[in-house]
Amino acid sequence: MKRITAPLDADTIDDLEVGDEVLISGVIYTMRDAAHAKVAEIIEKKGKLPFDLTNQVVYYCGPTPAKEGNVIGSCGPTTSSRMDKYTPMLLERGLKGMIGKGERSVPVKDAIAKYGAIYFSALGGLGAEYARDVKKSEVIAFPELGPEAIYRMEIEDFYAVVINDAKGNDYFVINQYN
Amino acid sequence: MRPIKCEKITGIVERMVIDANHFLPYDVFTCMKEAADLESTKKAKTVIYKILENHKIAKKGTYPLCQDTGIVVVFLEVGNETSTDGDIYKAINKGVEAGYAKGFLRKSMADPLTRENTGTNTPAIIHTKLVKGPHIKISLMTKGAGAENKSALKMLSPSDGIEGIKEFVLDTVRKAGASACPPFVIGVGIGGNMEMCAILAKKSLMRELDDFNKSDKNAAKLEAELFKEINKLDIGPLGFGGNTTALAVKVETKPCHIASLPVAVNIQCHSARHKTFTI
Repeated sequence: MKRITAPLDADTIDDLEVGDEVLISGVIYTMRDAAHAKVAEIIEKKGKLPFDLTNQVVYYCGPTPAKEGNVIGSCGPTTSSRMDKYTPMLLERGLKGMIGKGERSVPVKDAIAKYGAIYFSALGGLGAEYARDVKKSEVIAFPELGPEAIYRMEIEDFYAVVINDAKGNDYFVINQYN
Repeated sequence: MRPIKCEKITGIVERMVIDANHFLPYDVFTCMKEAADLESTKKAKTVIYKILENHKIAKKGTYPLCQDTGIVVVFLEVGNETSTDGDIYKAINKGVEAGYAKGFLRKSMADPLTRENTGTNTPAIIHTKLVKGPHIKISLMTKGAGAENKSALKMLSPSDGIEGIKEFVLDTVRKAGASACPPFVIGVGIGGNMEMCAILAKKSLMRELDDFNKSDKNAAKLEAELFKEINKLDIGPLGFGGNTTALAVKVETKPCHIASLPVAVNIQCHSARHKTFTI
């Protein structure tokens, strides 16, 4: 198990290989379908992004509402492939890490290798367990999107597995032939 | 006639959607515990232990099992000796709305074209059957999109036969892969027509995990064979490889046109959230 910190620096990414189990601490930003569409629109119009993407990690997640006194509700990963259409343009602008579930498209895998980024799978359907790893959370953009808003989250020891590393390897493909 | 108040139905549905989202069904819990012993790799075992741990946290009532608290699918059986004092569909939807608000569950229903959220997690999808007797039976699942999106329907040709059916089911499971949250429960509907095979597949997911099709021995045989073959795919718990890709396979059949062989595969995630209540 490797302990890493988000945002990610180049050394951390270089050290990670497909199949590695990691515990992530630091700051991540949630973004799912609707937030990606909005960010893509901003990029197209050359507007200002809600946060600087440089070295950041986005988490494909739309949490349940937090009960009173709690930081967040249930918050596991959603299917990553729905964001594939938007991912290369975010990587081009400095994004370094993504957390979601399931496999990525070929253009996304190519862009991950090209820009020296990394893709992790969290454990789908374990939203209650992940809620405990979120220490702080606030909506920083698109509050009108409800669960699809962008949340800035401070996490501690968030479990994930490296699926696509910066060397162009794919854990799901490797795993299939093992 | 036995009078049943709509208010009562609303209250029951409200409770059911909250409970379904916090408690792993007992049959799923048992099956998952057994699955841990079938796995040989550390990663697969870890995943199953974490699924069980997730259940332990969720059942305390603060956090739902999953952030995708699903859309509500109801199989409603209305006995001919019952009478309700209003619109039973409205009563169910009111229960869904109240449950999702009071239970702090995520509202995931949106207009398909504008994508605007309905804000209430309604409408529920309700399938009604009229039956004999003085009861109303509500069977309900809160179905997440990760697994639902990987489901598939195909109008096969009768000449494709059982081999063709198996190939389609295996192919659908293979494509579902990691993102649909295995280990799955696989619901297979065969026959009827286009919409009927999909409903059969969905309805089969309400069955207990350890049962087999008792009314059709060919379907039961297919369940056993598919179960074996799916678990050889090495998708494993959450897609990291392993022996448990399916917790169960359910097959339901109905007669179909001499020219048709409709098949639907409905994928259910590892939490397989469902509940039944008889009034």
